[in-house]
Amino acid sequence: MEFFIQQVINGLTLGGLYALIALGYTMVYGIIQLINFAHGEFFAAGGYMGVILLSFLAAHGYMETHPWFCLFGALLLTMGYCAMLAMAVEKVAYKPLRYASRLSVLLSALGMSIFLQNGLMLTQGVYDKAYPTEFTHGGLDFGLITFSYMQILIVAVTIALLLGLNALVFRTRIGTAMRATAQDKVMSSLVGINSNRIISTTFAIGAALAAAAGIMIGLYYGSVRYDMGFVPGIKAFAAAVLGGIGNITGAMVGGLIIGMVEIFAAGYLSSEYKDVWAFIILIAVLYFMPTGIMGENVDDTRV
Amino acid sequence: MTGTATPILELRDVVTCYGRIQALKGVSLSVMPGEIVTIIGANGAGKSTTLMTICGITPPQSGAVFYQGQRISGLSPDLLPSRGLCQVPEGRRIFPRLTVRENLEMGAFFRRDKDGVQRDLEHVFSLFPVLRERRRQRGGTLSGGEQQMLAIGRALMGRPRMLLLDEPSLGLAPLIVRHIFSIIERINKQEGVTILLVEQNANLALQLASRAYVMETGRVTMEDDARALLANEAIKKAYLGE
Repeated sequence: MEFFIQQVINGLTLGGLYALIALGYTMVYGIIQLINFAHGEFFAAGGYMGVILLSFLAAHGYMETHPWFCLFGALLLTMGYCAMLAMAVEKVAYKPLRYASRLSVLLSALGMSIFLQNGLMLTQGVYDKAYPTEFTHGGLDFGLITFSYMQILIVAVTIALLLGLNALVFRTRIGTAMRATAQDKVMSSLVGINSNRIISTTFAIGAALAAAAGIMIGLYYGSVRYDMGFVPGIKAFAAAVLGGIGNITGAMVGGLIIGMVEIFAAGYLSSEYKDVWAFIILIAVLYFMPTGIMGENVDDTRV
Repeated sequence: MTGTATPILELRDVVTCYGRIQALKGVSLSVMPGEIVTIIGANGAGKSTTLMTICGITPPQSGAVFYQGQRISGLSPDLLPSRGLCQVPEGRRIFPRLTVRENLEMGAFFRRDKDGVQRDLEHVFSLFPVLRERRRQRGGTLSGGEQQMLAIGRALMGRPRMLLLDEPSLGLAPLIVRHIFSIIERINKQEGVTILLVEQNANLALQLASRAYVMETGRVTMEDDARALLANEAIKKAYLGE
């Protein structure tokens, strides 16, 4: 029973991170019908920006004196950096292809992904980079179950980001304009919405969420690698498809399901095959339920 | 029509293409401030393309569009509503998954005067009380007539000086059409909004408008006072079904 509860907590942590990444896929798809294959690289860039900032802070002793303050500062800076990176990527690789066929844009996305990943390898090296995690060790101990502080932080930040995103998309003027643009680009420009600006904003928000996931994964596992964006990227993509691509709530639910399945399969079946489950789910969803859990009929929360 | 005043909208020899097909083959027309002008013609004559070209969605290949004396062809379409040029497009194009209220708010997207927007929202609700009842409902769930009212209301939220209306009667019951046309007349008479109306229902359009253009296969083939066209034998035969 303790093992089970511990796995639920682990699943929530991982699932929340997948959900954060999946949102970027689903929001971009909702607005320009593009699977942004470079999205995983924003997550990796976030992981690296996080380790660079935190190592710098640790080297100057700030991590020792104000660990949580440093973490939040690094989180915000990383999110801002990746938002700008994504806007630049959109401008260079996708905007010129706005009226091209979908295949061209998809290929451009794949190319961008390879470019960003190799850029990371070239500038940061091929070896793992370790996060300075020694200052944020510890946790709450309930006898047989433990919540590490890091897990609590991850779950709390994830929940805050998901709530914040929901409020942004469904309560604000800019969020309404995002949904309007996703639903009818011609009409949205006829009411005075600049669709290029909305598309750029969507990329920025998606990348900022992925960046937050990147820095938190780095803290959770203790290190990052230049190719870290690939596998979680595909898993998050599976989560977005499972939830119904284009649907924001669907991406959150899909992320949690993929995270849970992965953790439980690793815990009860075999940890060797933990990466397989997301793909099995992806294939099964595409085969039996291509619209996903919240696609088509339950479309209240589509962008 | 006063001869010396400048038109609020003018098209000069506009050519618009879809790929290699010329949809507009040199269209010229003008609308004076305060007028209701209608464009009638059969399916595929280029009426909707004319409106989409004015708004910059399908920019002209050659020729130019002038609004309030300034050239607007070549401008990005999203810059026009803030200048007072709004369109109610063909098929109404309601945002289906936004609520009625959100649809109306999007009509005022470019405006910063919150109080003014709130007042205009009340004004639209007073013109179309059914929209107030349905304000929390999603746009896609409305009936055709309600969607047309919402589309007009959304355009009014931008406080237009000039309104382009594309087939507001399409697919609606006669009673609802009469209601919508009475509102259009009211918007023109009471609020001084200039109106360019595209209609297949020529009879109705000619009764409302002061002047009319007849379009055929991408060209303006006739231009006259609406009353004169109503009495014109050729028009009667071709468009009025008599």
